[in-house]
Amino acid sequence: MFIEFLSYPFVQRAILVGSLVAVCAALLGVSLVLKRYSMIGDGLSHVGFAAMSIGVAFNKAPLFVAIPVVIIAAFLLLRLSENGKIKGDAAIAMISSSSIAVAMIVVSLQGGMNTDIYDFMFGSILAVNKSEVIAAIVMAAVIIPLYIICYNKIFSITFDEAFSKATGIKTNFYNTLLALLTAVTVVVGMRLIGTLLISSLIIFPCLTAMRVFKSYKKVVICSAILAILGVVIGISASCVLSIPAGSSIVVTNLLMFIIFTIIGKIK
Amino acid sequence: MNLLSVKNLSVMYDNLLAAENISFDVAEGDYICIVGENGSGKSTVLKGILGLVPLKSGTVEYIYPVSKTDIGYLPQQTSLQKDFPASVYEVVLSGCLNADKTKWFYNKNDKQTALKNMEKLEILELKNKSYRDLSGGQQQRVLLARALCSAKKLIMLDEPVTGLDPMVSDKMYQIISEINKKTGISVVMVSHDVESAVKYADKILHLDTKMQFFGTTSDYLSSDIGRGFVGGRI
Repeated sequence: MFIEFLSYPFVQRAILVGSLVAVCAALLGVSLVLKRYSMIGDGLSHVGFAAMSIGVAFNKAPLFVAIPVVIIAAFLLLRLSENGKIKGDAAIAMISSSSIAVAMIVVSLQGGMNTDIYDFMFGSILAVNKSEVIAAIVMAAVIIPLYIICYNKIFSITFDEAFSKATGIKTNFYNTLLALLTAVTVVVGMRLIGTLLISSLIIFPCLTAMRVFKSYKKVVICSAILAILGVVIGISASCVLSIPAGSSIVVTNLLMFIIFTIIGKIK
Repeated sequence: MNLLSVKNLSVMYDNLLAAENISFDVAEGDYICIVGENGSGKSTVLKGILGLVPLKSGTVEYIYPVSKTDIGYLPQQTSLQKDFPASVYEVVLSGCLNADKTKWFYNKNDKQTALKNMEKLEILELKNKSYRDLSGGQQQRVLLARALCSAKKLIMLDEPVTGLDPMVSDKMYQIISEINKKTGISVVMVSHDVESAVKYADKILHLDTKMQFFGTTSDYLSSDIGRGFVGGRI
């Protein structure tokens, strides 16, 4: 039955697009989790939700409204937590809830929930269209090579920002790059698995890999593999069991986390 | 020959003037300890020199041919690192990265430098261990090895023995002193441990927001401020 599902073009598309987005999210996620910025993905996805709702309201292409707005939000969040006036987690909670509030006002003025809005919340990975496939491929083609080139510098900055900055690495540049790439990944990703679930693609693979592996390189490689496994198993399970794909991917990630935790304890 | 010249440095920290009008030079082969009470601006001055906190006024000048990429830095450990999945080798190697802006990957030279410094600090056998599984003393040695990878002329250390037990601290001081004597790398160290400071360093910078003393250790020990600060403790 599973093989039969795999022959459907829409399932193939979903697995391709899902894997690309998940790998990007997982790679960036390693740095975000280790720098204690896990909630940024969550905050940004809520901002993206607001931007997309407004985009729909004004009949603009939601993706093109959301990307610049979320990039600006990413800069703001990083600046806020750096200045230390408002603590990072509080800043994110504030921006998240305000965004949802704005989004719901726009939605209600538009005449209430419709399928577009529902899809923004919970994703529609099995219904991706051609432009979304292209967006995901372009994004992965930029982010993955860029990540590999900057890998050593990203490690240095993630492990010890003070040392990196003191010895002459342009830490602001790399932090900005990280924020920018995270923003793009979140916006493209939320279209697939939804606003409410996208942050799991960022945090789960890294946390799971960390249970078992103890070097940075192994954690990064394992995170990328887990990200793909999560999408493939999650989508397959969703087809076989007729459950929502986005939720199925998140639950798969949760199960992998539990298995890795047990392996880590036994080792 | 001077490597670094600090002139009239003032640094703000949380809207307070943490250090005011500090001037001193670091010469080749120097071993300088920055001492003072808690909150006297020791660490802040070091961070100001390294560009980690903005300066209110004053200048920090690396004297040609020394540049910012010739220095090593041993920061105080952060809470983030306690749970960080990284092997000892990965951490030490990352010290080789800063030399060139366009350098993305490590070459053979870097790997040799990292291994050599690990050997020097007797942590070679920990190479593939995870940083988070090490003892406090071992972690400090790893960070010192990383600092040595980037230090060609000068190494700056911020409270390198905090949280270490006395035996391990002594060993750490000996290692640092050996590096200074054998390789000629200048050392600037922030320390709250004034006894060890006067034992190992050849120059003392005493701060209490303002500069109280800068000169050789023997001059410091015979000065009023030095006698007052050290006397009560030995």
